[in-house]
Amino acid sequence: MNAASYDCIIVGAGVVGSLIARALSRYRLRILLLDKASDVGEGTTKANTAIVHAGYDAKPGTLKAKLNVAGNRLFDQLCAELDVEFERCGTYVVGLGAEDWTTLQELYRRGQANGVSGLSLIDAAEMRRREPAVSDKTVGALYAATGGIVDPFGLCIGAAENAVLNGVKLALETEVTDFLREGQRIVGVVTNRGKFLGRWVIIAAGLWADDLLHKTGVDGFRITPRKGEYFVLDKVAADLVHSVLFPCPTPISKGILVTRTIHGNVMLGPNANDVASKEDLSTTAAGLNEVMAGALRLVPGLDPRMVIRTFAGLRAAGNTGDFRIEIPQGLYGLLVLAGIESPGLTAAPAIAEYVVEMLREAGLRLVERPDYNPLRQGIPRFSRLSRAEQEALIARDPRYGHVICRCETVTEGEIVAACHAPIPARTYDALKRRTRVGSGRCQGAFDTPLVIQIMARELGLSPLEITLKGGRSRFLLRETKEVSA
Amino acid sequence: MRELRCDVLVVGSGPAGLAAAYQARESGAGRVLVLERNDELGGILPQCIHNGFGVRIFSADLTGPEYAGRWIRRAREAGVEFFTRTMVLAIDQGLKVVAANSQLGLMEIQAKAIVLAMGCRERPRGALAIPGSRPAGIYTAGTAQRLVNMEGYMPGSRFVILGSGDIGMIMARRLTLEGAEVVAMVEILPYISGLRRNLVQCVLDYNIPLRLCTTVTDVLGAERVEAVVISRVDERWQPIPGTQEELQCDTLLLSVGLIPENELSRMAGVALDPVTGGPLVDERYATNVPGIYAAGNAVHVYDLVDDVTESALRAGHYAAEYALRGSAELSRPIPIRPGDNVRHVVPQAIHAESLRDGALPIQFRVRQPIEEAVHVQIKAGENVLASKRLRYVRPSEMITLELEAGLAERVARVEALQIHIAR
Repeated sequence: MNAASYDCIIVGAGVVGSLIARALSRYRLRILLLDKASDVGEGTTKANTAIVHAGYDAKPGTLKAKLNVAGNRLFDQLCAELDVEFERCGTYVVGLGAEDWTTLQELYRRGQANGVSGLSLIDAAEMRRREPAVSDKTVGALYAATGGIVDPFGLCIGAAENAVLNGVKLALETEVTDFLREGQRIVGVVTNRGKFLGRWVIIAAGLWADDLLHKTGVDGFRITPRKGEYFVLDKVAADLVHSVLFPCPTPISKGILVTRTIHGNVMLGPNANDVASKEDLSTTAAGLNEVMAGALRLVPGLDPRMVIRTFAGLRAAGNTGDFRIEIPQGLYGLLVLAGIESPGLTAAPAIAEYVVEMLREAGLRLVERPDYNPLRQGIPRFSRLSRAEQEALIARDPRYGHVICRCETVTEGEIVAACHAPIPARTYDALKRRTRVGSGRCQGAFDTPLVIQIMARELGLSPLEITLKGGRSRFLLRETKEVSA
Repeated sequence: MRELRCDVLVVGSGPAGLAAAYQARESGAGRVLVLERNDELGGILPQCIHNGFGVRIFSADLTGPEYAGRWIRRAREAGVEFFTRTMVLAIDQGLKVVAANSQLGLMEIQAKAIVLAMGCRERPRGALAIPGSRPAGIYTAGTAQRLVNMEGYMPGSRFVILGSGDIGMIMARRLTLEGAEVVAMVEILPYISGLRRNLVQCVLDYNIPLRLCTTVTDVLGAERVEAVVISRVDERWQPIPGTQEELQCDTLLLSVGLIPENELSRMAGVALDPVTGGPLVDERYATNVPGIYAAGNAVHVYDLVDDVTESALRAGHYAAEYALRGSAELSRPIPIRPGDNVRHVVPQAIHAESLRDGALPIQFRVRQPIEEAVHVQIKAGENVLASKRLRYVRPSEMITLELEAGLAERVARVEALQIHIAR
């Protein structure tokens, strides 16, 4: 059997892999983007704090510092091109005791050294004026005007769809089990769906980077899954918090923060605990208590009764403390990205450009495609439109007049559009990330039966085949009145 | 945008919306329009195929669809208009409503009065912060009820039910009859949170294991639920270490409370009671916004549909009055305050002169059960204005006490009324 042949195979369609695919799709290259999950962005991309960091955290001189600051600057244009929601609402590191002033000043100096613009130290009165719900124990804050909030799934989906529209081939539910090699050169991958030849294999596999590298014989990379747990609060809580509030950081994390999300909720978290399994996304009673206590220290007026969801994500913590983006010594045709932990989301657009330059330097011929189109249009977001726009949309397609998800005002038209997008939503969670269906205060209690019907109809499946997140995660097990097995 | 006008606009066509709309027409309102987001009328009633509806109002033991059917017929015959598959997007204080459907697109409806009858929603898993994984197979009891009774699908085969609300108990029986196994019903309190009759008819009669003072402390399974861990809790509801027990199941149903739906109320500037989660209302079910009334489970969660209907008949009547005659001249509102061991009371205030038109039902719930005879009373200072003896009081059973019609003059003179539970 002849294996399909590509110039670049990108392993992992998270936000980093997808942005790399998009950056490379500008050139005359045959590109394969593959992921073992049923959707793009199913790893760390789907469960993180969704902050665009200013860049004062990382140690000056590190790759993290450089790519954080560079990535931050790319967000306005990138999100405009990809039709992704992003807002530079500003971020605060809030000092809660006299000793925190030293930290704030240190962060300020670091920010200056990293080339971050728009930093200022503000006093307690100014902090409370801007965010009155902040604890009265505040001694002041470091304000970063360039910090912001973004839709992280939207960014990943937007980048991957734009890549697909520019000719990248996407293969989901495709898991790399081994590498093809000729001597010291990696020449492709072996997957559950066959072999693919590639002149370059780019590992952007987040938590799984070290496991994949071991298959090539490269050592020295170790990824530790570091769990962070979160609460999502009802949109009503957004009356209380308008921006991003960090406490002073600890050695292993930026601390438990309180942030408004781009979708208008308030999110609390994360804590940081190293765990054994890369698949352990469970929340724990102890962890959730820790998060709530931490958030209440910063904003004592938060009402725990406003919680509508909890979740956990895993950071792909590396073993050097810095991002590692390398062509491993002694091997050819392999580029690896490892330890892309926070601020990985912010850095991702700069990481993609950095990878393109590395490949160019390593000899990949990059010829621009005349037909490259950097623009991608997402599906309409009914709830974000003006009344006139809503009316026009319903006139064009009456299904936009049929609201399915009441809490988030998501219409049948949006669900249908997501099922037929360049990267179709094939699971409920995939649909949720694209439309917000089921992410409001009732958490899908009303919409789920309706959504199952619509998805089944649009995808040509039986309702029994619709899943929450692929694999064995079916919603419905059998019809009623059937004899049970 | 299409512009419409009506006398009374009703949001929701559940039992409250149907009765309010019917009564508004009966009380003389011109155009009465009901907006319903679902395909079918009746709100949650069409999926409630069990009996127990309408015992007081129709002197008949009806199923939910039958009860809805009777009120739909009444409302239609009274001349009520219905828009289904229609979602209200906004309401403002000028009684202007923006709604959308596929046929008419966006519409702006200028009403002369509005009845909010959005019902309630179920508390989701996230609100309880149950630890564990987030696989498929976790449903609220009402979602499962819709899937089984209306869509014709079984969402699981081995169930654990957390909470002992009425829908949870009714689903325990329903699922058993459908061939599924209900491994356990788990309740954190030392007593069930639904009605006694449902405990007997739906849980005990089907030998479903009931575990009180117990809660779910972990959910296992990556893709589909594989098991849940339950633990006994202490008197502060904290899990007791060492009491964990793993129950194999593929589905976790949640029946852990209902929350009145009031996002539209909030948008319209309607003041809410932090305890009930519903609007603060007077005896006419009028909210603080002139012309906006509220009824049924959107005000506070009822046990029985008959009570929902009766609240809505009042709301519909007064909404029609407002639409036809504008604001009534009313005396000072007299607050009714919950006393010791009373969780909340509806209405939260009354106008004394209403007692000239007839007795007023005052409804409330206790915080803690008392399993011995008590007197429940409405007092003004030390004076008892109404009283009745009950063999017990339980949080799960709403108590109704009537202020009699002759009390108008006495009530007019008091500062406030208080609900009192006397042992």
